[in-house]
Amino acid sequence: MAEMRYIDAIRLAMYEEMRRDERVLVLGEDVGLKGGVFGCTDGFYAEFGEARVLDTPLAESSIVGAAIGMAANGLIPIAEIQFSDFIHPAYNQIVSEAARIRYRSNGTFGCPITIRAPYGGGVEVHGGLYHSQSIEATFAHIPGLKVVTPYTAYDAKGLLKAAIRDPDPVLFLEHKRLYRLVRGDVPDDDYVVPIGPAVVRRPGSTLSLFAYGMMLHEALRAAEEVVTEGIDAEVVDLRTLRPLDVQTILASVRKTSKAMIVYEDNRFLGYGAEVAALIAEEAFDALDGPILRVAGLDVPAVPYADSLAAAFMPTSTKIADAVRRLAAY
Amino acid sequence: MPVEIKLPQLGESIHEGTIARWLKKPGDSIEKYEPLAEITTDKVNVEMPSPLGGVLVELLASEGETRPVGAPIALIDVAVPEGPAGSSEAPAADQPATTEPAAGRPVAAADAGAAPPAAVRGVRLSPLVRRLAEEHRIPHHVLETLRGSGAGGRITKEDILHYVADRDRVGAHTEPTPLVAPRSGDDVVKLSPVRRAIAQRMAQSKREIPHAYGVIETDMRAVVTWREAHKEAWRAREGVPLTYTAFFVAAACEALRAYPIVNSSWSEDGVIMRRAVNIGIGIAADEGLVVPVIHDADRLSLAGVARALDDLTGRARAGRLVLADIQGGTFTITNPGVFGSIWSMPIVVPGQAAILATDAIVKRAVVRDDAIAIRPMMHLGLSFDHRIFDGATAVQFLNHLKGWFEGFRDGR
Repeated sequence: MAEMRYIDAIRLAMYEEMRRDERVLVLGEDVGLKGGVFGCTDGFYAEFGEARVLDTPLAESSIVGAAIGMAANGLIPIAEIQFSDFIHPAYNQIVSEAARIRYRSNGTFGCPITIRAPYGGGVEVHGGLYHSQSIEATFAHIPGLKVVTPYTAYDAKGLLKAAIRDPDPVLFLEHKRLYRLVRGDVPDDDYVVPIGPAVVRRPGSTLSLFAYGMMLHEALRAAEEVVTEGIDAEVVDLRTLRPLDVQTILASVRKTSKAMIVYEDNRFLGYGAEVAALIAEEAFDALDGPILRVAGLDVPAVPYADSLAAAFMPTSTKIADAVRRLAAY
Repeated sequence: MPVEIKLPQLGESIHEGTIARWLKKPGDSIEKYEPLAEITTDKVNVEMPSPLGGVLVELLASEGETRPVGAPIALIDVAVPEGPAGSSEAPAADQPATTEPAAGRPVAAADAGAAPPAAVRGVRLSPLVRRLAEEHRIPHHVLETLRGSGAGGRITKEDILHYVADRDRVGAHTEPTPLVAPRSGDDVVKLSPVRRAIAQRMAQSKREIPHAYGVIETDMRAVVTWREAHKEAWRAREGVPLTYTAFFVAAACEALRAYPIVNSSWSEDGVIMRRAVNIGIGIAADEGLVVPVIHDADRLSLAGVARALDDLTGRARAGRLVLADIQGGTFTITNPGVFGSIWSMPIVVPGQAAILATDAIVKRAVVRDDAIAIRPMMHLGLSFDHRIFDGATAVQFLNHLKGWFEGFRDGR
């Protein structure tokens, strides 16, 4: 057991999987000689060689397309999209090909690729228009694709291993701000965190906060901020966005009677809309207040200026304000 | 598309209204603001203007039916959506059903005309509260009296659970037997909206306002003499009778100026000193007591007060008061003396500091200059909110009135 950063847990997961199974390989922009722009594959090129650590051209469609081809030929590729903002050229390969292979082959073939994509913005990220996007709603919409986004270092390692071992395509989203912000104990042994189950990070009774990734961090801080005011918020880490853990969500709402979803993506048709609809449909008679969303603003991109980026982001302060309103409802 | 027309919030503390008469029938077209129905509320009859234009599709309440504020009462089809001001009407008129943003506008207009639903107690229950109420068999009338701790007085889950815990602790699983129940042969007279409103407001006042009372006696000889001498000429000149109530109002205005604390309202944030002097007058109408208000009574001459009284009394008895007539009172005068009462202690109108009762003017033997004299005497009773001021102020206020009456001279 060692305490490590979120990013180190991701690197360790890939390292262990590549050591364990020689079919596992990584490909992406600057993942080889440079070791990744964030350092996620630092040292891999020297350790595993150019046949298993592939620097690619700046062409995301080719990165994912090549990964699909490798998977069809018995390999287990991890494709890195340098920033999730750049994933859109690969949309067709992911949605029309990777996500449908299982269905198209009547269950005969899978497509065991993992697509890693650092995402998210904020004042500390300084990503501006091209390095800040949240893309989870777009891809979680697609049947056949699994979407995960861990918050803890423990989950980062365990979920990435589960993604690599999954027989179908998994989009693995890593919030850039978490890389060096979150630290935690990560066991040395081989473990996986199964794709699917959500987890209650903070049990509470007043209302339920549903969040994931960086917003889970903000939601937990908000819950601590209001605790002295007699508000006992339950915070649920969704961590797998598809398939969604319906039971954990409904159980929490049935306990607290009030629900709020926090996400950094644009509010309109964002991930929270699906969670809100689910609660309204399945737990209507448990509700003692409106289902609220706290989300990024509906503007075309996360702005670059600090002041504007701060205005865009759902922060613990904004979340705490909404929590107070909902608690008082 | 048909839009629901809701019973609007017709005034402060009005919770329901009765459809007295529909002024349009299904199939009629109606303009925005055109009268749609006559509504009888707790206190007055009002004409309800249509919040939007279109064709009346359906009436959701029949004449004589009482509905809570916010309840849908009619459907109006907004056939031609209103386009943005000044824009060409052509596209909207071509395809009314598919122009979504335009069709949305009248809905918003209807909502603006209706009550904000959050303000309606007892009507808006969350799904959970409704389910809990059913599970714990809490009757509707109990829900209506529960004090909500949520935003805008909403009944929350906790309110229900606390209520159930209290009820179960007492062990009263069955409904409490009502204190009053009809016995064999008794009749039950259904409560009219006016009766119900009076009951609710009087009970609220006695529950919330700690009442205290002061009574003094005043010699009305100066007023009686002057009035007897002038009432015929007055009537010919002014066209309205000179009633004692006009004197009471004029005297009260001056006393309120001298003791402005009597013209105020209690609030937890502080006593609200009312700038306007709006005097409510209790009038016995067929339906029950109504209290129309003479606004800015302190700016009127005695003749102006007499004319305002004549107008309000006439309309009150004819049932033609409008909402503005009964709102905004800051002080109230009730005159049980006309029925012969010689000593009254009225109930303060909620939201005011005091109410003055003027009793019958009765000739009595009194002592004047160590001799017995016969004088027209009257009791003046003040009921007041003891949170706002004390007995000393109340009696000083009454003595100011007494001074006004006893010192009345020609031309006042």
